[in-house]
Amino acid sequence: MSGGLVRGGRARRSERAVGVVPAVAGASAKAPGAAGVAGASSTPGASGGSGASSVAPTEAPLLDVRGLRVSYRTSNGSVDAVTAADVSVLPGEVVAVVGESGSGKSTTAHAIVGLLPAGGRVGAGRVLFEDRDLLGLRERDLRAVRGRSIGLIPQDPMVSLNPVRRIGDQVAEALIVHGLASGKEAAERAVAALDEAGLPEPALRARQFPHELSGGMCQRVLIAIALACRPKLVIADEPTSALDVTVQRHILDHIEELTHAHGTAMLLITHDLGVAADRARRVVVMSRGEVVEQGPAERVLTDPEHPYTRRLIAAAPSLTGRRVRPRPVRDPVPRTEPLLTVTGLVKEFALPRTKEGPRTLRAVDDVSFTVRRGETFALVGESGSGKSTTVRMILGLEAPTEGRVLIEGRDVTRPGRAEARALRRRMQLVYQNPYASLDPRFTVSEIVEEPLRAYRVGTRAEQRARAAALIDQVALPADVLRRKPAELSGGQRQRVAIARALALEPDLVVCDEPVSALDVSVQAQILDLLSRLREELGVSYLFISHDLAVVRQIADRVGVLRAGRLVEKGACEQVLAAPTHPYTRELIAAIPGRRRPRPLGAVS
Amino acid sequence: MRGYLLRRLLQAVVVLWAAFTVSFVVLYLLPGDSLSIRLGGLEGTATPAQIDAVRAEYGLDDPLYLQYAHALGDALGGDLGRSAQTGAPVVRTIADALPQTLALTGCAMVLAVLGGGAVALAATFTRVRALRQVLLSLPAIGISMPGFWVGLLLVQVVSFQWGLLPAMGNEGFESLVLPAITMALPAGAMIAQVLAKSLTTELAEPYVETARAKGAGRVRIHLRHALRNASLPALTLAAVVAGNLLMESVVVETVFSRAGVGRLTAAAVDTQDLAVVQGVVLLAAVVFVVVALVVDLLYPLLDPRVGRTV
Repeated sequence: MSGGLVRGGRARRSERAVGVVPAVAGASAKAPGAAGVAGASSTPGASGGSGASSVAPTEAPLLDVRGLRVSYRTSNGSVDAVTAADVSVLPGEVVAVVGESGSGKSTTAHAIVGLLPAGGRVGAGRVLFEDRDLLGLRERDLRAVRGRSIGLIPQDPMVSLNPVRRIGDQVAEALIVHGLASGKEAAERAVAALDEAGLPEPALRARQFPHELSGGMCQRVLIAIALACRPKLVIADEPTSALDVTVQRHILDHIEELTHAHGTAMLLITHDLGVAADRARRVVVMSRGEVVEQGPAERVLTDPEHPYTRRLIAAAPSLTGRRVRPRPVRDPVPRTEPLLTVTGLVKEFALPRTKEGPRTLRAVDDVSFTVRRGETFALVGESGSGKSTTVRMILGLEAPTEGRVLIEGRDVTRPGRAEARALRRRMQLVYQNPYASLDPRFTVSEIVEEPLRAYRVGTRAEQRARAAALIDQVALPADVLRRKPAELSGGQRQRVAIARALALEPDLVVCDEPVSALDVSVQAQILDLLSRLREELGVSYLFISHDLAVVRQIADRVGVLRAGRLVEKGACEQVLAAPTHPYTRELIAAIPGRRRPRPLGAVS
Repeated sequence: MRGYLLRRLLQAVVVLWAAFTVSFVVLYLLPGDSLSIRLGGLEGTATPAQIDAVRAEYGLDDPLYLQYAHALGDALGGDLGRSAQTGAPVVRTIADALPQTLALTGCAMVLAVLGGGAVALAATFTRVRALRQVLLSLPAIGISMPGFWVGLLLVQVVSFQWGLLPAMGNEGFESLVLPAITMALPAGAMIAQVLAKSLTTELAEPYVETARAKGAGRVRIHLRHALRNASLPALTLAAVVAGNLLMESVVVETVFSRAGVGRLTAAAVDTQDLAVVQGVVLLAAVVFVVVALVVDLLYPLLDPRVGRTV
């Protein structure tokens, strides 16, 4: 098993291609040829759609990848990550490469500029850029292309800047290494590039270090670096997947504006079909190392040819209005008291003292809501909104500064020890990252039995039987019981985590971003499972998420958190259809896939 | 900043006091005749009058806490007692030996940092696999060679066979070369090991990919991006190594017959000259405190994320 699986989030290094999916890549439809450099807007309103493929290309492609094949050397021999990739980009055109983790999309992007991670090797194919095969270039010549003619916007902005060098120097370096400017002039142009990338107070930022900037600001810095030399092509590798949704939209808007203004072509790598639908004129769908379908965005997304594309569209939360939750709970008689009551919850953290005296940060500010039995209540918010702190207080892991948390009328915030233990049993947690939340040395059976052992429920044999029953309930085959987490996929691991949470038959399961580390098709399956379990077991969910598109599918009621305050709450449909708070409206507008004139995913 | 330094100074005082107390307890209060210890093994030849004088001077008939208070008071006044061997004040004895040892350990440290750094940089930079393997195995060899053996070997080959450098003594810069190399070998090996490891880690970080995507060359990436990030763990280790060099000097100064704190320590332990031993213990404590302070002040300069806790 490669070490990549242990990494958190989307483990893109452990890409592998197993099995063969027939390629439909041969008939790569070219986009409307009339696209001059200036007119290369990918505004989705332009209905280029169906007729586009008949128009012959009038321009030679800027980038033309043919039959690319990339493999990684691992301890078990060589594994193909990309087996057949054909992608072409016209000057000024925006092309999206869409696929799930392991599809080889990121590997393809890196192979183009010769930046494969250690062990990666290009086996076959051509990468023609401005009529030169980049694969045949010597390192020195390739360096002249990188940054100068092809810019790269990396995936995770928080770790993609050198932590010990000033922002301005890192931007100026792009100009300096290509001899475009030096010294004072380079510094000035770096500030100008930061300004252009939409960073407020660029001169001040240039003197700061990356850790002093937010994720969104760091990504703007990386955009400034990628565009500093006015490249002809920008490769954006999941440029916003590590950012908050509202920030995501602004960043994508800005990249679009800039590339449009300079006539820069863009190869946009994304797992999010909604993003591809919004931004690209052409879409390339990759699966298991192969391009399975490509064509004009409109056509691919409304009339997909390949079954994989259809599945991807059907699963994409942002594109479909699909709901997986069962009928809304219609209590014949409203229960006398809710399961969970949170009233006036406040949490303050002490900040380092300044001259003005002690300061505090109000992370959670007067939050009140209730969760009824059998109901799914979703708390939505971006990073720093206080949703994690709220959850920690509900679970009794953090003492609130003010306010109360009641489980059926009993206060969980100030219980005695024995009582806290009994209450904790009624609330269980499913964590965000299934790659980190399961002990790698335990077998699946031991993982699921652990809460039973901790509370001394039943004999060893009964515990084992219960674990087997739970694994069956989360729709995993019985043979995973003896396996270790490392042998399971992300979705399977999350199922194990859910089984563990259900072991003690809790009343409330707190799901902390349970699907945000998973691929879209797996996301849909996990949401289905959660919904089915709720119907079968009658548990309540407190669902924490940053993603309204996911929440829309599963929640009965929603609360929107912003900077520690609950700015809006109400029934899910109502909040999404008629938001009253401007922030909620902003969140809804940030869901990708909404720029399409007509709803997508009309797949029979 | 001033508040920070003041706090660090206070910490240093506490560390020194602790070192003094522990060494006092260990050296003087352990089982054994404290009188014979004070006499430094001379009790067979000492006259009763001399013995009485020693008794009176150290207050050996006083209760222990008074002896301790007395010694601590003297130490605060800069008086650590007299050497039983020479009768000279301990502070002066050590102060006389210190410059020689500082010159030696300073040279060794510079050699270790330059040599270790060069090996680590070359090992992570080269694309020739065989060369990389050889370079990466050097630290392990360097660490596993005992200092006295290396010293004797160098003396044998360089001094006796080739007649290039003096084998012993304190005369001039030439006499410094062989002992400094002997000391620098294990120290540099440790620095090379840690630096190579953290360079390898840093070179796989995403920010390096960003730099490559800019079109930056390998030398620039190695020196301007990875090295500074990788130097933090190496710096921490270098501080420990620098402190250890004082102990290393005991062996090396003996092998090369150099005068210095190391030789002094060896002789003092040999003759149970406990006042001198305690002086050396305190010196070691001072060295560690100073080195730790220097490193802590360097950290924020290297990494802006390490805020000084002002």
